[in-house]
Amino acid sequence: MSVSRRKFLQGMAAGGATVLTAGAAKASSIKHFDGHPGRFGLLHDTTLCVGCRSCEKACGEVNADSLKQVAAVTVGDKPKVDDKKRRVTPDSLTVVNAYAVGDKVVYRKHQCMHCNEPCCASVCLVHAFEKTPEGPVLYDPDMCMGCRYCVTACPYYALSYEYDDPVTPRVMRCTMCLPRIREGKNPGCADACPTGAITFGKREDLIEVARARLKKSPDDYVDHIFGEHEFGGTSWLTLAGTSFPNVGLADGYTHTSLPEIGTGFLSVVPLVITIYPGLLAGFYAFSKRAERIGEEKAKAAVVETLMQADEETKAKLAAAAKRATKDKEQAIAAAVKKALVEAEKKAAQAAAKEGASS
Amino acid sequence: MSDHTEHRWVTPFNAVAAMIMGVAAVILFLRFTQGLSATTNLTHDYPWGLWIGFDVMSGVALAAGGFTMSAAVYLFGMKEYKPVVRPALLTAFLGYSLVVVGLLVDLGRPWRLPFPFFRQAGPTSALFEVALCVGLYLNVLFIESTPLALEWLGFKKLRKIVASLTIALTVFGVILSTMHQSSLGALFAITPTKLHPLWYSEHIPVHFFVSAVAAGISMVLVESALSHKVFHHLAETPPEQMDKITIGLAKGGAVVLATYFAIKVVDLSLGDKWHYLGTGWGAWYLVELLGFVGLPCILYLIGFRERMPRLIRWTALWTVIGIMLNRFNVSFIAFNWQLETRYVPHWMEIWVSVALVTGGIVVFRWIASRMPVLYEHPEYKGMH
Repeated sequence: MSVSRRKFLQGMAAGGATVLTAGAAKASSIKHFDGHPGRFGLLHDTTLCVGCRSCEKACGEVNADSLKQVAAVTVGDKPKVDDKKRRVTPDSLTVVNAYAVGDKVVYRKHQCMHCNEPCCASVCLVHAFEKTPEGPVLYDPDMCMGCRYCVTACPYYALSYEYDDPVTPRVMRCTMCLPRIREGKNPGCADACPTGAITFGKREDLIEVARARLKKSPDDYVDHIFGEHEFGGTSWLTLAGTSFPNVGLADGYTHTSLPEIGTGFLSVVPLVITIYPGLLAGFYAFSKRAERIGEEKAKAAVVETLMQADEETKAKLAAAAKRATKDKEQAIAAAVKKALVEAEKKAAQAAAKEGASS
Repeated sequence: MSDHTEHRWVTPFNAVAAMIMGVAAVILFLRFTQGLSATTNLTHDYPWGLWIGFDVMSGVALAAGGFTMSAAVYLFGMKEYKPVVRPALLTAFLGYSLVVVGLLVDLGRPWRLPFPFFRQAGPTSALFEVALCVGLYLNVLFIESTPLALEWLGFKKLRKIVASLTIALTVFGVILSTMHQSSLGALFAITPTKLHPLWYSEHIPVHFFVSAVAAGISMVLVESALSHKVFHHLAETPPEQMDKITIGLAKGGAVVLATYFAIKVVDLSLGDKWHYLGTGWGAWYLVELLGFVGLPCILYLIGFRERMPRLIRWTALWTVIGIMLNRFNVSFIAFNWQLETRYVPHWMEIWVSVALVTGGIVVFRWIASRMPVLYEHPEYKGMH
């Protein structure tokens, strides 16, 4: 999600038709992106967390201006293992949950992970999200349509939505306290943590810190930094003394970023646009051709039938003519015979007359 | 056509429709004054419920009859299906219109619907492609449906112009449909951890496209069976010819469902997902795959071989339900399968969806009883 690429895309997206090809170009050109160098992140070490919820309280306080309502938090009112696992909501942008691991209780803080390649940004059809160079993923409520695809897509269940607002509902999420970061301060939760379970710093430094802890006390941790590579990596990193599914972070997250997994299909779009017209024209031509051949065959058949009929008629006529000639000849012959007979008769009568008179 | 007795306003049908719409209006008032939380059971874990799963996902799939039938008749030359093209296109146009209405109800800030096109585009989003294609296709369907009104009103010149665009519009419609039917599936390509592996697939766009064709063909069968029952006095296609069309469509439906079934089974193998079949989710998946894809495929085949139009019509309804079930599974039943919380639609969500369908039927009736949908206009016979 580099800024220049985003600007380029916006430029491309200006025209209606180019929009589609722009999406495809982006989808097919997603490369591994290591993120802005020097960006910030936070490390949550669950082995140090005591579940006091100071971070929750601080979060509500420093974000009070942007929240419509702030959840009441009592520091020290620890979550219990049997409690329903809480999730982030519009009035609490971070929550701490308790997990039973053997006979121990492990607490894990949850909030927006601020992915290196955030899928909320890639699925937003109005591009209301931005991965800032400082690390946080920011949301622009002035552009949001409220489709909630980002909330649907987020694999960490880290976004929430103001369902009870009929006019200006917003997607709510941790901002990593970007305004405070820009003032040179730490995020509220990091400042409030009494045990040092939350560390704020440059992401690459935090990875070093985490590595050092894994190396120093290998028995206290599973050898994994959650967020270093998950779905392309996140700004929030988590360490734990137990496998991550036990603390609500599922196994099997690939290293491939979700935008890469989820938008590759869009590269087919220009193929459909370019191949279909010709392909369909081909089908149309086939059907037309079949129709034409059918018509021609039918026509030929008619002609042939007509011709056949014609020949039969001719033969019949010829036969009739023949018959007629024969009849005529017979008639002539009969007439001649009759004439001869009559002539003989006349001659005989004449002879008889002559004999009687002489 | 027979204007004297048909158009009475106070009928049992109209009374029920008015009641459904009236209550829906109250619900919509609540929704736009109190927010989505007052009228839906949507949560932060289930941001998409019935209004997306039914109104949008199922609505678009079931309206696929428009592009399927117009492609069959105008591009592939299957002229014998001409009598069902007009009702299919009208159903599709109304269906897509309702999808947009349903979307407006579901969107948090519906007045920003033009934003992706005119303010700031997010072209990396599958939803952006869906929005763009549905927007364009709605226009295509509108133009494709105008001959009904133009013939009714007697605008011959305009009618001729629209008729000359038939092939181009059909090609454009097939392109747009291929893209957005599959993109609706692509919406979930980015949720590999949230959608159950049996439903999730990297090829889910293809699953959506092929099943939409099956849904489209089946919906044409259901719709023509209903409209020929209600408007038998208007329908000029003799029952024997309708039966022939029905039997032919059953053959098509069987082929498409068989293809869909095969794709699904191949996906089980490609992803090595067989072991999931032994779980509870697997049983539910088999209900969908065997009961609502395999079974109707076989029933279509029997209906075609034995020439049983009645069996075919019931099979079509079964298929339509099956595709809806698939869309429900993907958008909220098998979604979040690892969470303990489940989403069950609020009765108001169901009511609004029912009201949308009712609205579609009312408008279809209004148009079909006045315009040449089920018969050819005598002055334009054999022209289109």
